[in-house]
Amino acid sequence: REKMWGILRQRGIDGGGLSLRRTRSASVSARSYAAGSKEMTVRDALNSAIDEEMSADPKVFVMGEEVGQYQGAYKITKGLLEKYGPERVYDTPITEAGFTGIGVGAAYAGLKPVVEFMTFNFSMQAIDHIINSAAKSNYMSAGQINVPIVFRGPNGAAAGVGAQHSQCYAAWYASVPGLKVLAPYSAEDARGLLKAAIRDPDPVVFLENELLYGESFPISEEALDSSFCLPIGKAKIERQGKDVTIVTFSKMVGFALKAAEKLAEEGISAEVINLRSIRPLDRATINASVRKTSRLVTVEEGFPQHGVCAEICASVVEESFSYLDAPVERIAGADVPMPYAANLERLALPQVEDIVRAAKRACYRSK
Amino acid sequence: MATAFSATLPLHGSSQENRLLLPPTRLPPPSSFLGSTRSLPIRRLNHAHAARRSPVVAVQEIVKEKKPTNSLLITKEEGLVLYEDMILGRSFEDMCAQMYYRGKMFGFVHLYNGQEAVSTGFIKLLTKSDSVVSTYRDHVHALSKGVSARAVMSELFGKVTGCCRGQGGSMHMFSKEHNMLGGFAFIGEGIPVATGAAFTSKYKREVLKQDCDDVTVAFFGDGTCNNGQFYECLNMAALYKLPIIFVVENNLWAIGMSHLRSTSDPEIWKKGPAFGMPGVHVDGMDVLKVREVAKEAVSRARRGEGPTLVECETYRFRGHSLADPDELRDAAEKAKYAARDPITALKKYLIENKLANEGELKTIEKKIDDLVEEAVEFADASPQPGRSQLLENVFADPKGFGIGPDGRYRCEDPKFTEGTAQV
Repeated sequence: REKMWGILRQRGIDGGGLSLRRTRSASVSARSYAAGSKEMTVRDALNSAIDEEMSADPKVFVMGEEVGQYQGAYKITKGLLEKYGPERVYDTPITEAGFTGIGVGAAYAGLKPVVEFMTFNFSMQAIDHIINSAAKSNYMSAGQINVPIVFRGPNGAAAGVGAQHSQCYAAWYASVPGLKVLAPYSAEDARGLLKAAIRDPDPVVFLENELLYGESFPISEEALDSSFCLPIGKAKIERQGKDVTIVTFSKMVGFALKAAEKLAEEGISAEVINLRSIRPLDRATINASVRKTSRLVTVEEGFPQHGVCAEICASVVEESFSYLDAPVERIAGADVPMPYAANLERLALPQVEDIVRAAKRACYRSK
Repeated sequence: MATAFSATLPLHGSSQENRLLLPPTRLPPPSSFLGSTRSLPIRRLNHAHAARRSPVVAVQEIVKEKKPTNSLLITKEEGLVLYEDMILGRSFEDMCAQMYYRGKMFGFVHLYNGQEAVSTGFIKLLTKSDSVVSTYRDHVHALSKGVSARAVMSELFGKVTGCCRGQGGSMHMFSKEHNMLGGFAFIGEGIPVATGAAFTSKYKREVLKQDCDDVTVAFFGDGTCNNGQFYECLNMAALYKLPIIFVVENNLWAIGMSHLRSTSDPEIWKKGPAFGMPGVHVDGMDVLKVREVAKEAVSRARRGEGPTLVECETYRFRGHSLADPDELRDAAEKAKYAARDPITALKKYLIENKLANEGELKTIEKKIDDLVEEAVEFADASPQPGRSQLLENVFADPKGFGIGPDGRYRCEDPKFTEGTAQV
């Protein structure tokens, strides 16, 4: 593994695309992560997860646009073609509906495809297969045909890519029974959840984030082990707190943690929950936390109406209403297609200040 | 024998030649297949499937080889198998119509009357491990592939003894045991799935080094041939040389939309060579012709030579579904095809060529009638699914229901199958 890492490093895996190499400060890492002196980018984490699963099980194969010779549009599948050959790493033509359907058919027949969408926006061309042939099959066939497929790719807004490349699909896929929807944040999440997804016998939609690919996170020895797996359906409490619960996923976890630090300066102790799994949603953890703090702020990047936050708020109001001291707060992206201009894009997405403001609102309302 | 099958085809307007073998009326371009099944000598064809025959057939083989001009395409056993399968398809569908109008069956039901030759012609050549992928008009494909009439009828009635425990319905016939991979409601949806199943067959052989020469047959209609997924899959199947046969059941109508009104070039078989695979047109009302084409296409796929596009010109005697009043189709057209009923044609062939007599055929028909009646009784007597079945089978891994309030996986809760919803 060390050798593989070394090779990956030499190939400059952190290069290409937007590499926001921000290392965590020591205090944050001591508080939030398992004590580990190694760091890993999310990109490396995903690459190593796919690599290990492919070497463990010959039925796993990768399919997508530019995953082979181009080494992956975002270099996630770097080195896999050289290692496993063209029979296991397929560069497809630009036919989302076609190759997604082929992946689903292969999963019906017993293989374990990992289908990459260059971004989840392109999955809309294949959404019929994700939902109708993959998600619903186990149910329609009464358990005869399960579909052990993983659909992965970057989701949500990147930087200045415009309206058609910036939508967040978490809410859409998470509303479908039969799918499991995961959204990792850190490198540990990325590794553990992707390995769990590939091993899972059901269809998994794995929503990554392009801006997180280049970010480094500390990673423990345990997470580097090839049998490391995170449970699907369990959220992680990134930061303990007692005044307000901030629930979020993917890139917004980073923002929430920063907001929590700002709030700490003002005497508000925020508990940050990293959902990790959008479906099944870990309602138990969210509700337990809200019962402890009595206030809820949910954050997501996607469109506000019928979003993931709406579901979380509904769940909390249904199950922990009497524990709430303030109305639930919901922060989502602006209800507009993503604009291109940098300042407008910043306005269209939740920022750290928005989370801080909402948390303060939740705290002062009770007074 | 040839006369029964040589009616003119409307698209081509020219009369069919009296040929025992394949009927492609246009020669495919010289660079592709050539399978041209026209140049295929009878001898080679017999040799190809001699291995699969019983000793009795071998005798006929010798007879055939001695007198090539008097060769029959099938033996008695094969003929009876084909006849039985087509009668099963027809009786079953007729019974479905009856049951639907009596309220036992509901929702969308699409019947296959008239198209039996295509299903029987192809599927009776497949082994159990070969896969079939179909559309919503899938009852007969499931029956031909081996799913029992009882299981299909119960599924249509929505009973727990159905092949999918009542959870799929008319349009979603799945059977893992028989490799019937559905049953899809969206047209074109089955084509990529079938391509994926063929992909798996090739992957098993090349990467997993298993001994696998399974082929996949994808059935779909003329309307689907205007859908993007069809072309995407023709491209990839030819690109990766997958063992798949794309069978177009061109019944000239997509609900009320005539194929000629919706397609710029109505000759679908031509689209195969555009992607580098052979395209064959065959009379889909003639089970023997379909079978001959199917033999070549299936053995091509098994040999690893790649996909074939077969356009079967056929006709559905009933409307698109049982809810379709079927007013747009011309009565004369219907009458013309009714005169070319594949079952009557095969019956005539069997009798004229002394392969069977009326008595034997009547026995088969009676047997099938009893089978279908019994299937209805069985389905009627079966119970509906239990309430707990509502939440079952959403996931293969029940941990997908997540973690409960006590921190443990919901599926470990002893009351799990009672579900968390109020049912």
